Amino acid sequence: MATGIKDKVAIIGMGCSRFGERWDVGPEELMVEAYEECLQDAGLETKDIQAAWLGTCIEEINSGKSALPLTLALRLPQIPATRTENFCATGTEAFRGAAYAVASGAYDICLALGVEKLKDTGYGGLPDLNANAGPLNWLWFPNLTAPGSFAMLAQSYAAKYKVPDEELKTAMAHVSAKSHANGARNPKAHLRAAVSVDRIMAAPIIAHPLGLFDCCGVSDGAACAIVTTPEIAKGLKKKDFVSVKALQLALSNGEELQYNSWDGSSFVTTSKCSEAAYKEAGIKNPRKEISMMEVHDCFSITELVTMEDLHISERGKAYKDVVAGVFNIDGEVPCQVDGGLKCFGHPIGASGLRMLYEMYLQLHGRAGDRQLKDPKIGLTHNLGGFPFMNISCVAIVGKYGV
Amino acid sequence: MIGITHYGGYIPKLRLDRMQICQAMGWFAPAIMAVAQGERSVCNWDEDALSMAVEASRDCLKGGNKANVDALYLCSTTLPYADRQNAGIVKTALNMGDTVLTADFTSALKAGTTALTAAFDALAGGQKKNILVTASDKRETRGAYFYESWFGDGAASLMLGSENVIAEYKGSYSVSHDFPDHFRGTGFKYDYMWEERWVRDEGYSKIVPQAVGGLLNKLGMKMTDVTKLAFPCFFKAEHLKIARTLGAAPGQVVDNMHEVCGETGTAHPFIMFISALEQAKPHDKILMAGFGQGCDALLFEVTDNIARLSPRKGVKGCLADRRQFPSYEKYCKFRDLIKVEMGIRAESGARTAMTTLWRKRKMITGLVGARCTKCGTPQWPPPQICVNPSCGSVKQFEDYEFADRKGRVLTWTADMLAVSWEPPCVYGIVQFDEGGRMLLDFTDCEQQDVKVGQPVRLSFRQRYFDKDRGYQGYFWKAIPVKEEGGKEASA
Repeated sequence: MATGIKDKVAIIGMGCSRFGERWDVGPEELMVEAYEECLQDAGLETKDIQAAWLGTCIEEINSGKSALPLTLALRLPQIPATRTENFCATGTEAFRGAAYAVASGAYDICLALGVEKLKDTGYGGLPDLNANAGPLNWLWFPNLTAPGSFAMLAQSYAAKYKVPDEELKTAMAHVSAKSHANGARNPKAHLRAAVSVDRIMAAPIIAHPLGLFDCCGVSDGAACAIVTTPEIAKGLKKKDFVSVKALQLALSNGEELQYNSWDGSSFVTTSKCSEAAYKEAGIKNPRKEISMMEVHDCFSITELVTMEDLHISERGKAYKDVVAGVFNIDGEVPCQVDGGLKCFGHPIGASGLRMLYEMYLQLHGRAGDRQLKDPKIGLTHNLGGFPFMNISCVAIVGKYGV
Repeated sequence: MIGITHYGGYIPKLRLDRMQICQAMGWFAPAIMAVAQGERSVCNWDEDALSMAVEASRDCLKGGNKANVDALYLCSTTLPYADRQNAGIVKTALNMGDTVLTADFTSALKAGTTALTAAFDALAGGQKKNILVTASDKRETRGAYFYESWFGDGAASLMLGSENVIAEYKGSYSVSHDFPDHFRGTGFKYDYMWEERWVRDEGYSKIVPQAVGGLLNKLGMKMTDVTKLAFPCFFKAEHLKIARTLGAAPGQVVDNMHEVCGETGTAHPFIMFISALEQAKPHDKILMAGFGQGCDALLFEVTDNIARLSPRKGVKGCLADRRQFPSYEKYCKFRDLIKVEMGIRAESGARTAMTTLWRKRKMITGLVGARCTKCGTPQWPPPQICVNPSCGSVKQFEDYEFADRKGRVLTWTADMLAVSWEPPCVYGIVQFDEGGRMLLDFTDCEQQDVKVGQPVRLSFRQRYFDKDRGYQGYFWKAIPVKEEGGKEASA
């Protein structure tokens, strides 16, 4: 009988590069930047790493296929290394690989590293999704973009709950304004300027009804973690270390887009995935028990709807919670304290690990200007793909034994 | 009795007011003012002769049984493929059986009437029972040219057979001449036109009467026996003059439709004939002639069945369903007459895997999905395992055609980031009334036409063009339409 991952894995080191339009560096430099910090934080050396996982998503404009870019860049000495890719859950998938490896007892110390170099395309936004979706999808899949596919979520949400367009637009603007305010306090964030709700509302439309500030940054960056077992962590004299409480994943099976029941206003996967994660972590009342969240705010509407699928907000009420400041840094459940994808940036393969990095800093009281008071439990969430067909990932971490 | 059993029309929704051309380009070519009456039809950026032929044929098949069709002839001078049978793509889009004989009739504007003559010969010989003849043209010209104003885009289809004939075929007469009024060499985009006055005097004025007169002679008839005379001629005055020479009064001549759509090339004899048929009474005799390197003339007598024909859009419905182009510049972009910067994002693209296309031809070209024979759920794309979570049966499916199903917008967006010839790129999810849903591009609409719950119908369109390899890809798109109870016309 499976017993879950709770408290079987300790995070003993983390690192994260500065995110942004890093014109001067490529994936190799980004990986080393995050890795140096991580090794130092863990107090270990490369020879201590027994196996590694690399998460990178859009490899064709980035580091290329396989885990070789990782082993070459870090000079990992002929150890097992595997590349993971699962859209925006890529980084957390690398972490899951490393976590499961130590939990199984196969290895003592493992590395998970996520990297993405997106700014070598020559244009804004992500590369065309369609041309690389395989020869059958190319023949019929609409000419859709990431903002367009999530804009559809806003249309359905507004239609289902009869939220006037202006009211939803205002709530979405509050989502982004909050993240900008937080990002301004984070020296590693891509976007570090506070932006007013009025300015957000007045910005040019990217995909109706999403405007420029409803969309997250397209950034370069890397983040990594070194994991081991609690026993080894104790042996390494680590005190008050962070442990994994839950790692869950849920993928669409086609029901949203091919069956007749989904109404387009929610993430079926996230709803299921978060329930599984709460069960694994032993959380009964997430809104009360979770101290902080880093969720997948690729677009403001994504974050807003995710609050409902994480069972933090009631169905149809998240837009009210947002405006009421529930998710602000001083709110009931602070969300995107590091600026989120919106302002920290979204180098896809690094994002899941970047979120865990913020949890790790907060739990250790090392988050500087944005430090929360005594957080206990942190939740991270990734959503890869589209509202109608996606990969949802939830990780919960906290102090070991708490 | 053999004759026409069904007809269908397709004239694209977009219309360019010819004064828009004059206003933009009159400084350069003031003479175009002489032909600037009314408006011409223009393909949307995702339409061409082939896609229009599919739409006209879908209209034609209303109330008919496509399973009975044993040949399909596609007639056009502007087909997308020089070598890959275009009629075969139309047949696949219409999801017709594999034993249908398909053929392209091309290289002359009279190809439509020539195919019609050949089709009636086949019916008369008894080897074929039902033949679908479809004619379509999207003729390109450079800007600020008389022909830009004279031409329109359009298609029409005629179903020929021997049961429930609405217009009996009485006979035909053809003449062929190597009359090079214009030509387009292989690999050239635009026609090369000789002087209009010569085309008018030595071409239309002599060759049309030769065929029409020949047919009347052959049938022992006089022009006074003919109710309507339908033949294309973009010279308005000469059109009536030729008819007069043949003994036809102005009331007998079917309007050349210059003011409402322009001359639609190969399709035009069909379109003019259908416009006459739409007003015809039983026993009316309609003479159709097509001009181009000769002339074919065919005579029909309308039967009582005309009153029993099921409703269709036809030419009349298409003419009523219109939207004016906002500007000549937009027309120029749609016709690729001006180059605008599409950005690096537009460089993206993929090859088309012919193996995939062939394997999935019903799905991609015919929009054939699947219906689970266990639980009855229609689904797209056609799967191996039923998507219904309470069913899950494996490989228990039958073909399920989606193209003519009604659906509604489940959700949508108007995307300014996606590369498009007409930003914003509008797309969304369509929920079909009888089950099944599909992610689709929307077309023939503007942002304000779309809302959640809006009814849509589907249309066969160009999807992408692989310019490096000359490959034109097609798929289906959704068109938002008005709620039923209102007019059938698009929103």
